[in-house]
Amino acid sequence: MASAPSKLYQDDVSLVVALLDTNPFFWAAASLPFSEFLHHVIPFINSLLLLNQLNRVVLIATGTSSCGYIFDSGDGNASGNSNAVCSGIIKKLEDFVGKDSKIGKGSNGDGTRPAISSLLSGSLSLALCYIQRIFRSGTRHPQPRILCLQGSPDGPEQYVAVMNSIFSAQRLMIPIDSCIVGAQHSAFLQQASYITGGVYLKPQQLDGLFQFLAAAFATDLHSRNFLRLPKPAGVDFRASCFCHKKTIDMGYVCSVCLSIFCKYHKKCSTCGSEFNQVAPDSTIPDQKH
Amino acid sequence: MELLIELSQVIIDRRPRKRQRLGWDVWPENPMKLQDVDGYIISDFSLTTNRTEQWFCVLLVPARAPQQIGFLYPDSGIAIRRSCKPFRVPTNSTQRSLSLIPATRIRTIGTEVQKLTGASSILPPSPSLPLRVEVPFIYLFLYLSSLHSDPKQNLIRYKLFLSGGRLEVGFDKNGGNKRRYKNEERFVFVPNDPRSLMKLNVEFKNIKGHKFSKDGSKQALLNLTQDPEKGTGYIFEFDNFTDRNSCRDFVGRVLGKLQSVPGRPNEQSVPEKSAGAPLPEQLSAVEMERRIKLLREDSELLRLHKQFVLSGVLTESEFWATRKTLLGEDTTRMTKQRPGFKSAMLADVRPSADGRTNKVTFSLTPEIIQQIFAEKPAVHRAFLNLVPSKMSEKDFWTKYCRAEYLNRTRNAVVAGAEAAEDEELAVFLKHDDILANEARRKIRRVDPTLDMEADEGDDYIHLPDHGILRDAQKDTAETETEVSRRTLSQDLNRHAAVVLEGRALDVELGDTRTVAEALAWSKQELLSKEKSEENVNLEKQEKVARMTELEDLQAPRNPQYASLCIKDPREYFDSQQANALRALGGTEFGTNSLDLNLSKEEVYRHLKEQISEAKSRGLRNPIIRPDTALKVFSGLSQHLSSTRFQLGKNSQESALDRIPHRTKDDLMHHWTSIQELLRHFWSSYPITTAGLYNKVQRVKDAMGQIYQKLQEIKESSQSDFRHQVSLLVQPMLQALDAAFAHYDSEQQKRTAKSGAKPNGYVR
Repeated sequence: MASAPSKLYQDDVSLVVALLDTNPFFWAAASLPFSEFLHHVIPFINSLLLLNQLNRVVLIATGTSSCGYIFDSGDGNASGNSNAVCSGIIKKLEDFVGKDSKIGKGSNGDGTRPAISSLLSGSLSLALCYIQRIFRSGTRHPQPRILCLQGSPDGPEQYVAVMNSIFSAQRLMIPIDSCIVGAQHSAFLQQASYITGGVYLKPQQLDGLFQFLAAAFATDLHSRNFLRLPKPAGVDFRASCFCHKKTIDMGYVCSVCLSIFCKYHKKCSTCGSEFNQVAPDSTIPDQKH
Repeated sequence: MELLIELSQVIIDRRPRKRQRLGWDVWPENPMKLQDVDGYIISDFSLTTNRTEQWFCVLLVPARAPQQIGFLYPDSGIAIRRSCKPFRVPTNSTQRSLSLIPATRIRTIGTEVQKLTGASSILPPSPSLPLRVEVPFIYLFLYLSSLHSDPKQNLIRYKLFLSGGRLEVGFDKNGGNKRRYKNEERFVFVPNDPRSLMKLNVEFKNIKGHKFSKDGSKQALLNLTQDPEKGTGYIFEFDNFTDRNSCRDFVGRVLGKLQSVPGRPNEQSVPEKSAGAPLPEQLSAVEMERRIKLLREDSELLRLHKQFVLSGVLTESEFWATRKTLLGEDTTRMTKQRPGFKSAMLADVRPSADGRTNKVTFSLTPEIIQQIFAEKPAVHRAFLNLVPSKMSEKDFWTKYCRAEYLNRTRNAVVAGAEAAEDEELAVFLKHDDILANEARRKIRRVDPTLDMEADEGDDYIHLPDHGILRDAQKDTAETETEVSRRTLSQDLNRHAAVVLEGRALDVELGDTRTVAEALAWSKQELLSKEKSEENVNLEKQEKVARMTELEDLQAPRNPQYASLCIKDPREYFDSQQANALRALGGTEFGTNSLDLNLSKEEVYRHLKEQISEAKSRGLRNPIIRPDTALKVFSGLSQHLSSTRFQLGKNSQESALDRIPHRTKDDLMHHWTSIQELLRHFWSSYPITTAGLYNKVQRVKDAMGQIYQKLQEIKESSQSDFRHQVSLLVQPMLQALDAAFAHYDSEQQKRTAKSGAKPNGYVR
């Protein structure tokens, strides 16, 4: 039902998958209360649906221990006025947070430090799966993009998973837009937007969040060709060593896991491979810092 | 009787032991009389060489006034000079007309040459001044070859400059009256091409001896030696021995007479130059040709050549020494980029009827013929079999066209009848058995797992009311004759296959026979290759077995690789984050900034409260205060317009794209120049000879000039781009600085070693 015959307006039909950060640790301390945040985001979702009758918006919540679909405009019962959409989203969110907290409680039982970062990799994967499903159903499909509304800091332990998701999105030519509502920049999303050609934005003034969203993230991919959107700032691709986090021009690379070191190590600290070669003459790798 | 020998096509091989000051040992004493034409004319251009081993072309431009007839006087200014210089007025001259270039042409040539050489002005400032222009031959040649579509012709002309002419021995001094004097004083070489400067007029008293090759040996040579110790002299090659012998006898007689009279030593007109300076490089015509070709094909190279060789920074041989690979035989013979066949169906040779008579004309070009051969193997085979043993090429193609015509007009009955009569014609009308064979062979090689039935629904040809429109008539599949069963789609497929195969031949189009043979040969090669592939059949079957296996029925396969075990993926992130932090200007990153003091229950409760608050409040109206929205909007716009020009922010476009084109081109050009110079500079160390020393000096001076120019570019660039330009210029300056520093330190070592104290040295 969702993939209505949209052959006439294929170019400007969008499928927006928005990832909503519901990290309770973040929202407890955030300058922008979560209720306020919702007051900006839900109208934005409504306006996306208004832009084109055939537009489709999917909302995915990114929790600390689980991710879940909150809203799908293609869903039969989600149609109707904006108030219905709003209450539907809030109700689903309530359910999700309740579930998320229970799962979190279970894992917290063994006394480990609670996971404070949101499961960005999980929600990115959900979004990609959803888009894949749309791709495989019907002959013509809307142009998909992913919008990350991220507040909590990056989770370093998700590095491999997140990077894999980013590269998948790149292969599928799905731009990942990022809007950072937290205090810190996100290295993950910066890379994601850079690699996939999306927009990376960190609004300074959070009470105007809706305006930011509408100005930078509402346009469909076809219109973006004609607009000057905030371009992702250049990502520094220079390598920095794993041991001191210094940017280096020349260094040692682990042949197993590609970790970079500025000094010769007997054992790779990342993957544990042991190098039994004799350390080369220290004068050979001429390092320029 | 006087001995007057005029030999045609004597090849002169002048072993050049020329005096350094002069371009030539001997210059023509007979100035060229030029016809007076309105405006300027280039009466002559010819080839000469100077001491810096460059080939020069001398353009001779006489003035309007008849007394100012220009003539070539090689003594003056063979060196690189582009000056306007009046010609001497010749006192006595033999009449010889030269081919003239009209006045309008010289302007064109002048400007073109100017363009090529970058000379400031080679046209005379005022029409009363005669002008002499010296242009390296290469450039003139390049220009001339651009005028004429066929560069080969120019090459031939160029070779004529170097060789071919008439050797006159014992000619009469007063030209017209041969009976009065017999000239035993000099011999003259007149080239066939009147514009060539390879003219010799030598007095016999300068000749010390003569040598000659034996009768019956490979070449008929006569060597007139000028100085036996140094081996200077003139070597002439004759067409036959009788000419040579009569010439030799005369020379012998004259020399014998001369040597019996003791010659005065101070009569030697020009003193011999001291030895020591390197002799100019003698280039063979082939070598020249190759260099010219390279320069013509590579504009970058031409620019470098112009910049350095023309200005004397590098000599011709030095310039090419670093490009030996380019000059190598192999590169010139390497396969060139060949255009493929046209994708249009060329094979349909369209007949053109003239309307009045019943004549139908087909026109075939060599290209069309090659394509016909490629697409219709039957025609190809017939050509190989029949031409020229059974019929001429023309007859063959006439027949082919006739068959085509019959085919086209679909006159099946006539075609059938004709084919029955004429078996050669039948070849063209018959179903192509070679094609059928090839198709069968190909089908054998098709992947057996291919599902042919899948395409069945796509066959529109056999549906009613479907078909292909060709020549405005429907080409329905059902026709009676065998010939026309070769449908258009088959033709199309065949054509597509040929186009994709490409032009495998590297044969000059033109001779149809060679093309046909080469094609046959390449096909055979292909076949033999395929034969060997037959052996791979087994392997193919194995592959098929693999393809058809059902995954579910197989035992689980263990991965062939060891899985990567990473102890801590966090490290990857951390190392990247460090950079990202720097890139964004030090904004706080980090994972630990969250308030961990709050308990989990607390934070979840807070979030739930927030949600229920949102639920109770519902949607607000307005969503956002108008003044906030305006502020955000203008802030965004400002941010966008400010980052537009910022450098390094947008890594998608190169920094070079943003600076003005002129500056960019200049920078790129300087960079290539610097690379060239630096290569020469560093390759000349260690300095072992005086030549190298001079070279380093020259190169260093040129680098100094570029250094200056770079500084100018840096300073003159607009303030918007200054930073960027200086960033780009920086590595160039560094490279030059390194060279200069090396030069200075070497210089110091040199002076220290030789013990020479520099000026102003105080103890």
